[in-house]
Amino acid sequence: MNRTKYWTWHMAAGVVLLFLLGLHMLIMHMVGTAHWFAPYGTEPDSLQNSLFRDGKLFFTVTYILLLGVALYHGLYGLRTILFELTLKPAFEETITVVLLVVGLGLFGLGTWAAVAAHGIALAGARG
Amino acid sequence: MSQINRYDNRLGIWGWLGGGRWGAERYAYILHRITGLGILFYFLLHIVVTSLRAKGIYLWAGHGFLHQPIFEFAEYVVFAAFAYHACNGIRLVLVELGFAVGKPIEPVYPYKTSLNVQRPLLVCMMILTAVFLAIGGYAALIE
Ligand code: HEM
Repeated sequence: MNRTKYWTWHMAAGVVLLFLLGLHMLIMHMVGTAHWFAPYGTEPDSLQNSLFRDGKLFFTVTYILLLGVALYHGLYGLRTILFELTLKPAFEETITVVLLVVGLGLFGLGTWAAVAAHGIALAGARG
Repeated sequence: MSQINRYDNRLGIWGWLGGGRWGAERYAYILHRITGLGILFYFLLHIVVTSLRAKGIYLWAGHGFLHQPIFEFAEYVVFAAFAYHACNGIRLVLVELGFAVGKPIEPVYPYKTSLNVQRPLLVCMMILTAVFLAIGGYAALIE
Protein backbone atom coordinates (compact mmCIF):
# COMPACT_ATOMS: atom_id res chain seq x y z
CA MET A 1 0.00 0.00 0.00
CA ASN A 2 2.68 2.45 1.08
CA ARG A 3 4.79 1.52 -1.93
CA THR A 4 1.96 2.40 -4.31
CA LYS A 5 1.64 5.70 -2.49
CA TYR A 6 5.32 6.53 -3.08
CA TRP A 7 4.83 5.79 -6.79
CA THR A 8 1.77 8.06 -6.90
CA TRP A 9 3.91 10.81 -5.37
CA HIS A 10 6.54 10.11 -8.00
CA MET A 11 3.93 10.71 -10.74
CA ALA A 12 2.57 13.83 -9.01
CA ALA A 13 6.14 15.12 -8.66
CA GLY A 14 6.57 14.62 -12.40
CA VAL A 15 3.59 16.90 -13.08
CA VAL A 16 4.86 19.57 -10.65
CA LEU A 17 8.27 19.37 -12.32
CA LEU A 18 6.64 19.96 -15.65
CA PHE A 19 5.65 23.44 -14.48
CA LEU A 20 8.63 24.42 -12.34
CA LEU A 21 11.31 22.93 -14.57
CA GLY A 22 9.34 24.08 -17.61
CA LEU A 23 9.72 27.65 -16.32
CA HIS A 24 13.42 27.03 -15.66
CA MET A 25 13.83 25.88 -19.28
CA LEU A 26 11.85 28.84 -20.65
CA ILE A 27 14.33 31.10 -18.89
CA MET A 28 17.52 29.22 -19.73
CA HIS A 29 16.94 27.71 -23.17
CA MET A 30 14.08 29.41 -25.00
CA VAL A 31 14.34 32.34 -27.34
CA GLY A 32 11.61 34.87 -26.82
CA THR A 33 10.74 34.03 -23.21
CA ALA A 34 14.16 34.18 -21.58
CA HIS A 35 14.25 37.96 -21.18
CA TRP A 36 11.20 38.02 -18.88
CA PHE A 37 13.31 36.74 -16.02
CA ALA A 38 16.74 37.64 -17.37
CA PRO A 39 16.51 41.32 -18.29
CA TYR A 40 20.25 41.96 -18.74
CA GLY A 41 21.82 41.15 -22.12
CA THR A 42 21.44 37.91 -24.05
CA GLU A 43 22.86 35.46 -21.51
CA PRO A 44 20.20 34.28 -19.07
CA ASP A 45 22.88 32.86 -16.76
CA SER A 46 25.10 35.92 -16.53
CA LEU A 47 26.12 37.11 -13.07
CA GLN A 48 23.74 40.08 -13.29
CA ASN A 49 20.80 37.92 -14.27
CA SER A 50 21.55 35.36 -11.57
CA LEU A 51 21.60 38.12 -8.96
CA PHE A 52 18.40 39.58 -10.42
CA ARG A 53 16.55 36.29 -9.86
CA ASP A 54 18.15 35.58 -6.48
CA GLY A 55 16.83 38.92 -5.26
CA LYS A 56 13.22 37.95 -6.02
CA LEU A 57 11.44 36.03 -3.28
CA PHE A 58 9.47 34.17 -5.97
CA PHE A 59 12.65 32.53 -7.24
CA THR A 60 14.03 31.73 -3.80
CA VAL A 61 10.79 29.96 -2.91
CA THR A 62 10.36 28.10 -6.22
CA TYR A 63 14.04 27.08 -6.28
CA ILE A 64 13.62 25.36 -2.93
CA LEU A 65 10.36 23.75 -4.06
CA LEU A 66 11.93 22.58 -7.32
CA LEU A 67 14.93 21.28 -5.43
CA GLY A 68 12.82 19.09 -3.14
CA VAL A 69 10.42 17.82 -5.80
CA ALA A 70 13.15 17.01 -8.34
CA LEU A 71 15.30 15.26 -5.72
CA TYR A 72 12.35 13.11 -4.71
CA HIS A 73 11.35 12.29 -8.28
CA GLY A 74 14.89 11.54 -9.46
CA LEU A 75 16.10 9.55 -6.47
CA TYR A 76 12.86 7.58 -6.28
CA GLY A 77 13.29 6.80 -10.00
CA LEU A 78 16.82 5.57 -9.36
CA ARG A 79 15.54 3.44 -6.47
CA THR A 80 12.92 1.89 -8.78
CA ILE A 81 15.59 0.92 -11.29
CA LEU A 82 17.82 -0.61 -8.61
CA PHE A 83 14.92 -2.53 -7.05
CA GLU A 84 14.18 -4.16 -10.40
CA LEU A 85 17.38 -6.17 -9.87
CA THR A 86 15.55 -8.22 -7.17
CA LEU A 87 17.92 -7.49 -4.33
CA LYS A 88 17.98 -8.90 -0.83
CA PRO A 89 15.59 -7.00 1.50
CA ALA A 90 18.43 -5.83 3.73
CA PHE A 91 20.25 -4.39 0.70
CA GLU A 92 17.08 -2.66 -0.47
CA GLU A 93 16.77 -1.13 2.98
CA THR A 94 20.35 0.13 2.77
CA ILE A 95 19.71 1.71 -0.63
CA THR A 96 16.63 3.48 0.67
CA VAL A 97 18.55 4.89 3.63
CA VAL A 98 21.52 6.00 1.51
CA LEU A 99 19.29 7.73 -1.05
CA LEU A 100 17.35 9.38 1.77
CA VAL A 101 20.53 10.71 3.35
CA VAL A 102 21.89 11.95 0.00
CA GLY A 103 18.54 13.57 -0.83
CA LEU A 104 18.11 15.29 2.52
CA GLY A 105 21.76 16.39 2.50
CA LEU A 106 21.53 18.02 -0.91
CA PHE A 107 18.17 19.52 -0.01
CA GLY A 108 19.79 21.11 3.02
CA LEU A 109 22.73 22.43 0.99
CA GLY A 110 20.53 23.86 -1.77
CA THR A 111 18.06 25.44 0.61
CA TRP A 112 20.84 27.11 2.57
CA ALA A 113 22.38 28.39 -0.68
CA ALA A 114 19.08 29.73 -2.07
CA VAL A 115 18.39 31.64 1.15
CA ALA A 116 21.96 32.93 1.43
CA ALA A 117 21.98 34.02 -2.24
CA HIS A 118 18.71 35.87 -1.66
CA GLY A 119 20.37 37.81 1.14
CA ILE A 120 23.46 38.54 -0.96
CA ALA A 121 21.39 39.77 -3.89
CA LEU A 122 19.31 42.06 -1.66
CA ALA A 123 22.41 43.43 0.08
CA GLY A 124 23.97 44.05 -3.35
CA ALA A 125 20.86 45.84 -4.59
CA ARG A 126 20.96 48.13 -1.55
CA GLY A 127 24.60 48.83 -2.42
CA MET B 1 19.21 -41.48 -19.26
CA SER B 2 17.68 -38.51 -20.91
CA GLN B 3 19.57 -35.32 -20.74
CA ILE B 4 18.08 -32.11 -19.48
CA ASN B 5 18.69 -29.22 -21.78
CA ARG B 6 19.22 -26.00 -19.91
CA TYR B 7 18.72 -22.75 -21.69
CA ASP B 8 20.12 -19.50 -20.49
CA ASN B 9 17.07 -17.34 -20.76
CA ARG B 10 18.73 -14.19 -19.63
CA LEU B 11 19.08 -11.87 -22.57
CA GLY B 12 21.75 -9.74 -20.98
CA ILE B 13 22.16 -6.20 -22.21
CA TRP B 14 20.03 -6.89 -25.31
CA GLY B 15 17.14 -7.88 -23.07
CA TRP B 16 17.25 -4.37 -21.69
CA LEU B 17 18.17 -2.33 -24.74
CA GLY B 18 16.25 -4.29 -27.35
CA GLY B 19 12.61 -3.56 -28.11
CA GLY B 20 11.93 -7.02 -29.56
CA ARG B 21 8.35 -7.34 -30.76
CA TRP B 22 7.18 -4.52 -28.52
CA GLY B 23 7.95 -1.80 -30.98
CA ALA B 24 8.38 1.93 -30.62
CA GLU B 25 7.02 2.32 -27.05
CA ARG B 26 9.64 -0.12 -25.76
CA TYR B 27 12.40 2.04 -27.20
CA ALA B 28 10.66 5.13 -25.79
CA TYR B 29 10.91 3.46 -22.36
CA ILE B 30 14.63 2.78 -22.71
CA LEU B 31 15.28 6.37 -23.74
CA HIS B 32 13.10 7.59 -20.84
CA ARG B 33 15.25 5.61 -18.42
CA ILE B 34 18.54 6.79 -19.92
CA THR B 35 17.45 10.44 -20.00
CA GLY B 36 16.06 10.13 -16.45
CA LEU B 37 19.38 8.85 -15.12
CA GLY B 38 21.28 11.40 -17.19
CA ILE B 39 19.41 14.43 -15.88
CA LEU B 40 19.53 13.03 -12.35
CA PHE B 41 23.34 12.83 -12.58
CA TYR B 42 23.47 16.38 -13.96
CA PHE B 43 21.04 17.63 -11.31
CA LEU B 44 23.07 16.30 -8.37
CA LEU B 45 26.16 18.13 -9.68
CA HIS B 46 24.03 21.16 -10.55
CA ILE B 47 22.90 21.52 -6.93
CA VAL B 48 26.48 21.62 -5.68
CA VAL B 49 27.72 23.97 -8.45
CA THR B 50 24.88 26.47 -8.08
CA SER B 51 25.09 26.33 -4.26
CA LEU B 52 28.65 27.68 -4.50
CA ARG B 53 27.18 31.08 -5.39
CA ALA B 54 26.29 31.51 -1.75
CA LYS B 55 30.06 31.76 -1.27
CA GLY B 56 30.42 34.12 -4.22
CA ILE B 57 31.66 31.44 -6.65
CA TYR B 58 29.95 31.63 -10.05
CA LEU B 59 31.55 28.87 -12.11
CA TRP B 60 29.15 29.35 -15.02
CA ALA B 61 29.29 33.12 -15.50
CA GLY B 62 31.90 35.52 -16.86
CA HIS B 63 35.31 33.83 -16.81
CA GLY B 64 34.03 30.85 -14.83
CA PHE B 65 35.32 27.37 -15.56
CA LEU B 66 31.96 26.20 -16.92
CA HIS B 67 31.66 29.14 -19.30
CA GLN B 68 33.31 27.26 -22.17
CA PRO B 69 31.83 26.04 -25.47
CA ILE B 70 32.14 22.37 -24.51
CA PHE B 71 30.03 22.94 -21.36
CA GLU B 72 27.54 25.14 -23.20
CA PHE B 73 27.07 22.28 -25.65
CA ALA B 74 26.74 19.76 -22.81
CA GLU B 75 24.05 22.00 -21.31
CA TYR B 76 22.13 21.77 -24.57
CA VAL B 77 22.38 17.96 -24.42
CA VAL B 78 20.95 18.04 -20.88
CA PHE B 79 18.17 20.33 -22.11
CA ALA B 80 17.44 17.90 -24.97
CA ALA B 81 17.32 14.97 -22.55
CA PHE B 82 14.91 16.91 -20.36
CA ALA B 83 12.69 17.91 -23.30
CA TYR B 84 12.36 14.26 -24.29
CA HIS B 85 11.88 13.03 -20.70
CA ALA B 86 9.23 15.68 -20.02
CA CYS B 87 7.21 15.09 -23.21
CA ASN B 88 7.39 11.32 -22.89
CA GLY B 89 6.65 11.68 -19.17
CA ILE B 90 3.37 13.46 -19.91
CA ARG B 91 2.51 10.57 -22.22
CA LEU B 92 3.33 8.04 -19.49
CA VAL B 93 1.23 9.81 -16.87
CA LEU B 94 -1.72 9.91 -19.29
CA VAL B 95 -1.36 6.27 -20.32
CA GLU B 96 -0.80 5.02 -16.77
CA LEU B 97 -3.95 6.81 -15.63
CA GLY B 98 -5.84 5.03 -18.43
CA PHE B 99 -6.23 7.91 -20.87
CA ALA B 100 -5.53 7.52 -24.57
CA VAL B 101 -5.42 3.72 -24.48
CA GLY B 102 -8.98 3.19 -25.72
CA LYS B 103 -11.90 1.42 -24.03
CA PRO B 104 -11.44 -2.14 -22.81
CA ILE B 105 -12.85 -4.65 -25.30
CA GLU B 106 -13.67 -8.38 -25.25
CA PRO B 107 -10.63 -10.48 -26.13
CA VAL B 108 -12.13 -11.96 -29.29
CA TYR B 109 -9.97 -13.40 -32.06
CA PRO B 110 -8.34 -11.74 -34.00
CA TYR B 111 -7.02 -9.92 -30.96
CA LYS B 112 -6.40 -6.22 -31.10
CA THR B 113 -3.58 -4.51 -29.23
CA SER B 114 -4.04 -1.20 -27.45
CA LEU B 115 -0.57 -0.22 -28.67
CA ASN B 116 -2.11 0.92 -31.94
CA VAL B 117 -4.59 3.08 -30.03
CA GLN B 118 -1.87 4.86 -28.04
CA ARG B 119 0.55 5.22 -30.93
CA PRO B 120 -0.78 8.67 -32.04
CA LEU B 121 -0.03 10.08 -28.58
CA LEU B 122 3.57 8.91 -28.88
CA VAL B 123 3.86 10.49 -32.31
CA CYS B 124 2.42 13.81 -31.03
CA MET B 125 4.82 13.86 -28.09
CA MET B 126 7.84 13.14 -30.28
CA ILE B 127 6.87 15.97 -32.63
CA LEU B 128 6.55 18.25 -29.59
CA THR B 129 10.01 17.13 -28.43
CA ALA B 130 11.46 17.91 -31.85
CA VAL B 131 9.94 21.41 -31.74
CA PHE B 132 11.53 22.10 -28.33
CA LEU B 133 14.88 20.78 -29.53
CA ALA B 134 14.76 23.14 -32.50
CA ILE B 135 13.86 26.23 -30.45
CA GLY B 136 16.42 25.37 -27.76
CA GLY B 137 19.07 24.75 -30.40
CA TYR B 138 18.38 28.11 -31.99
CA ALA B 139 18.62 29.83 -28.61
CA ALA B 140 21.95 28.13 -27.89
CA LEU B 141 23.35 29.27 -31.24
CA ILE B 142 22.40 32.95 -30.97
CA GLU B 143 23.48 33.35 -27.33
C1 HEM C 1 8.70 17.52 -16.73
C2 HEM C 1 9.30 16.88 -15.79
C3 HEM C 1 9.23 15.37 -15.62
C4 HEM C 1 8.20 14.51 -15.89
C5 HEM C 1 6.81 14.84 -16.45
C6 HEM C 1 8.66 13.19 -15.53
C7 HEM C 1 7.89 12.04 -15.62
C8 HEM C 1 8.35 10.77 -15.33
C9 HEM C 1 7.57 9.57 -15.43
C10 HEM C 1 6.10 9.51 -15.84
C11 HEM C 1 8.37 8.54 -15.11
C12 HEM C 1 8.01 7.06 -15.19
C13 HEM C 1 7.72 6.39 -13.90
C14 HEM C 1 7.05 5.07 -14.11
O1 HEM C 1 6.56 4.78 -15.21
O2 HEM C 1 6.98 4.34 -13.13
C15 HEM C 1 9.68 9.07 -14.77
C16 HEM C 1 10.76 8.30 -14.39
C17 HEM C 1 11.98 8.85 -14.02
N1 HEM C 1 12.33 10.18 -13.96
FE1 HEM C 1 11.17 11.70 -14.55
N2 HEM C 1 9.96 13.26 -15.07
C18 HEM C 1 10.34 14.60 -15.11
C19 HEM C 1 11.56 15.13 -14.72
C20 HEM C 1 12.62 14.40 -14.20
C21 HEM C 1 13.85 14.96 -13.66
C22 HEM C 1 14.17 16.44 -13.57
C23 HEM C 1 14.63 13.91 -13.28
C24 HEM C 1 16.01 13.94 -12.64
C25 HEM C 1 16.28 14.65 -11.59
C26 HEM C 1 13.92 12.69 -13.57
C27 HEM C 1 14.38 11.42 -13.31
C28 HEM C 1 13.65 10.26 -13.52
C29 HEM C 1 14.16 8.94 -13.28
C30 HEM C 1 15.57 8.57 -12.77
C31 HEM C 1 13.11 8.04 -13.59
C32 HEM C 1 13.12 6.53 -13.49
C33 HEM C 1 13.21 5.92 -14.85
C34 HEM C 1 12.71 4.49 -14.89
O3 HEM C 1 12.13 3.99 -13.92
O4 HEM C 1 12.89 3.89 -15.94
N3 HEM C 1 12.69 13.02 -14.13
N4 HEM C 1 9.64 10.45 -14.93
